Amino acid sequence: MAQQIIFYILALIIAVFSVMAVTSGRLIRSATYLLFVLLATAGLYLLLGYTYLFAVQTAVYAGGIMVLFIFAILLTQKPGDRITPESLKQRTLAIVLSIVGALFCGVIIFSNIKKVYALVEQTEIDTKHIGMTLMGTGKFQYMLAFEAVSILLLACIVGAIMIARKRS
Amino acid sequence: MGDIFTNFFAGIVPLEAYMVVSLIMFFSGVYGFLSRKSLLMILISIELILNSIDINFAVFNRYLYPENMEGFFFALFTIAISACETAVAIAIVINIYRNLGHVEVDSLNELQEPAEVAENTEVSK
Repeated sequence: MAQQIIFYILALIIAVFSVMAVTSGRLIRSATYLLFVLLATAGLYLLLGYTYLFAVQTAVYAGGIMVLFIFAILLTQKPGDRITPESLKQRTLAIVLSIVGALFCGVIIFSNIKKVYALVEQTEIDTKHIGMTLMGTGKFQYMLAFEAVSILLLACIVGAIMIARKRS
Repeated sequence: MGDIFTNFFAGIVPLEAYMVVSLIMFFSGVYGFLSRKSLLMILISIELILNSIDINFAVFNRYLYPENMEGFFFALFTIAISACETAVAIAIVINIYRNLGHVEVDSLNELQEPAEVAENTEVSK
């Protein structure tokens, strides 16, 4: 039952703060609400038993990407500026599309979940198993994807520096 | 759907509850993407969308296929790819700010060369 209570607290945090993040009037506040959403998502991973994913989410998303966002926000505007509001027509169209989409997906989800599931008690996945799966070349192992992501990271480093350098 | 109410606080957290959470996060991201003018706000909405997808992967892996790890690893790679994409996008945003002085999407067509100047440079080559 403790799992239920913690799940509902985290779910409430995620729902409320993700809506506040996209409707806030100031950009730094949106970034802060996004940080809370990301930390609550990390808590959801911990509740599911994926401790490694919890650590990666906290370190990369909440720790790395949010710092990047806050640097970018402070470099491109004075903090505390109110953003100029959008036109009413654009906002109404966006709200209608979002709500219609959410209802559509909700109906599909609730009418199609029929597979019997059972939450099996799972011991924590140990890091050795994660490492062997990530670096292995057999079936269901992810060496190729790992190398591809490392090339992508190299390309992003080079690309970001080339785009954002000062041209004399 | 009545299972949600009978399982409330008695039993496991149902799968539909996790999917409702990721649904709300996804469509908040869609709303922010469609209705905001600042480029950084649009990037924040994209982060919300990608994060909701990661929750879906992890939940399906844990509830439906607990002996495999595909969802776990897909969420891991999605986090890495999203970090790369955010870094490059923010580099572009900073470059735009340096050239134009603001980052609103509805006035980014100032980057475009006017038509006569482009024609003149082509003719002179």
